[in-house]
Amino acid sequence: MDYVLQLILNGLFVGTFYALVALGYSMVYGIIKLLNFAHGDIYMLGGFVGFTLLTVGSGALAGGGGIIALVVVMALAMVATGLVGLVLERVAYRPLRSAPRLSVLITAVGASFALEYGVAVGYGPNPRAYPVTVGGGAVHLLGARITYAQLVMMAIAVILMFGLDTLVRRTRSGRAMRAISQDPRACLLMGVNVDQVISRTFFIGSALAGAAGVMAGAYYGKIDFLMGFIIGLKAFTAAVIGGIGNIRGAVLGAIVLGLLESFGTAWLGSQWRDVFAFAFLILFLTVRPTGLLGERVTERV
Amino acid sequence: MTDPSLPRDPAGTQLPPEESSAYVRAVETKQPANVAPAGTGLTPAAKGHGPTSASRVVSSPWFAVAIVVLAIALPFIDSGAYTLRIATDALIFVMLAVGLNVVVGYCGLLDLGYAAFFAIGAYTAGLLSTTFGWPIIATIPAVVVMAVVGGLVIGAPTLRLRSDYLAIVTLGFGEIIRITANNLDITGGPNGLFGIPDFGDFGYRSDVTIYWFTAVVVSLAVIASSRLGRGRLGRAWRFVREDEDAAEAMGIHTYKVKFAAYVTGAIFGGLAGVLFAVHQTAISPPSFNFLWSALILMAVVLGGMGSTPGVVVGALVISLLPELLRGAENWRYLVFGVLLIVVMIFRPQGIWPHTPSEPASAARREPDPQPEVTA
Repeated sequence: MDYVLQLILNGLFVGTFYALVALGYSMVYGIIKLLNFAHGDIYMLGGFVGFTLLTVGSGALAGGGGIIALVVVMALAMVATGLVGLVLERVAYRPLRSAPRLSVLITAVGASFALEYGVAVGYGPNPRAYPVTVGGGAVHLLGARITYAQLVMMAIAVILMFGLDTLVRRTRSGRAMRAISQDPRACLLMGVNVDQVISRTFFIGSALAGAAGVMAGAYYGKIDFLMGFIIGLKAFTAAVIGGIGNIRGAVLGAIVLGLLESFGTAWLGSQWRDVFAFAFLILFLTVRPTGLLGERVTERV
Repeated sequence: MTDPSLPRDPAGTQLPPEESSAYVRAVETKQPANVAPAGTGLTPAAKGHGPTSASRVVSSPWFAVAIVVLAIALPFIDSGAYTLRIATDALIFVMLAVGLNVVVGYCGLLDLGYAAFFAIGAYTAGLLSTTFGWPIIATIPAVVVMAVVGGLVIGAPTLRLRSDYLAIVTLGFGEIIRITANNLDITGGPNGLFGIPDFGDFGYRSDVTIYWFTAVVVSLAVIASSRLGRGRLGRAWRFVREDEDAAEAMGIHTYKVKFAAYVTGAIFGGLAGVLFAVHQTAISPPSFNFLWSALILMAVVLGGMGSTPGVVVGALVISLLPELLRGAENWRYLVFGVLLIVVMIFRPQGIWPHTPSEPASAARREPDPQPEVTA
């Protein structure tokens, strides 16, 4: 029983990571039907921006509490990755908005490649140790162990997700986003500034991924330039499970995937974790391609 | 394999005879069908619509013949071990690129895990020849079967969905194959397989034999893929690429046609894997990572999607350039990534675009600002 609870907690924790990345994937896909392959690399970039900030500011932070410093750094990293996402959309994706889908997909692969190896050139190809790691105590809940750091991170992630949900459902800007996802051309006619809303979407999605990147760095204590590759795939899997384009679905899918992985790892061993997740993606696409919360999408010609 | 929710023609035939293929031709070129005679070389001779004399020379069948002769004669010109090694590598890369060109270039399906089929081929050949002692030639049918099975497993669920899903599922599949090879005992785990035999003793140096075998297989593959692209199936592929819904409406069984492209690509990849296993004599999981898939895609995109000569040139450039620019690996990949974006924005048809089969089509067509190959 303790063991099962521990697995559930681990799954929830990993799920919140995936959710932060999956949200950006799902938002961008929902609005302009683009699979942003570079999204995982934005997460990686978040990790590296956090690394740089923590290294530069290590003197100032030496005395302060790790968590507070981390939150500040995370906020700055979110702004930085948000801007990168904005620039990426402007430079790489916007010129191709009316181009065939294949062109855009290839561009996205190119963007992912450029970000990965840009960081490899800048920081060197070897993994970097994170200057701040969050260790500290742990609480025991019915025999399962969860660290304070994990709790704080989950809390931050949940706050961010609620913020996003409110933004999308309750504000003008969110309404514009939802409108564009339904019919961008009609939005243009109704006076919605479509380009601006798309830029904003990229900013928000990238900022969330950046936050996840800093968390991952602090939690695992190590970052490298390819760390966004697998997480990008997992986030996509999560988005598909939940129903791609659906924001609440992305969170649900991420948690489902986290739990599945947690139990799958316990069952098959950790070396099969990624295989298990992707096999599940393929299975899901076969059985229910619209996801748990997705509605049937009909392609209009 | 059949999805009841999608409209299918009841007989399940791939293409209803006559009218559909004529329609494909007519739509593709926006004019009455007028097809160049088959078998005029690697690329159809383009007459009368303004290619430069240089491009006419390189597009002629004799140029292709000259290249093949040159490739076969290479060991007589320079039989140094280094030359042969990089030449064999380059040829294998050409084979991968023309195979991926069938999937991405002809049919417009983005496969980001093409190295998976390469790995399947290499591991099947390696495993059967080392552990079970088969001669390498005898493993080829098994490799084809395994590649087709791999194509089925991935293609069957995803080809029915939007092409975006295929891209990311193939990405996942590439990882599954690599991780599986890394985890299983029978594939040698992280160490991989070694001591893979060569094709046999023909009285030449072993690397010369391997080179010749590779040159012949790759030449055949290039010709086969070029001809596939110009046949009826090839025209159906292009139609699906340009407008899947219109193709479906015109009676093309798009699922089957896409499947054919995907499985063809898988077989090319698997066979290239056999050549790779023999050439390297040892294979291990890191040889089949995402970087490979990305580089092959780069060759196809850079050379010109759907254009066989373009893809061959692209593959040679991508595989030989690192030999000239040793060292700055990460810079190179950074440049490749940026190049992909730049090519897609400014020259989506690639360096050497596909020219339509119909000789005078460009001259007779109404003004069309779109580039010929837009996918």
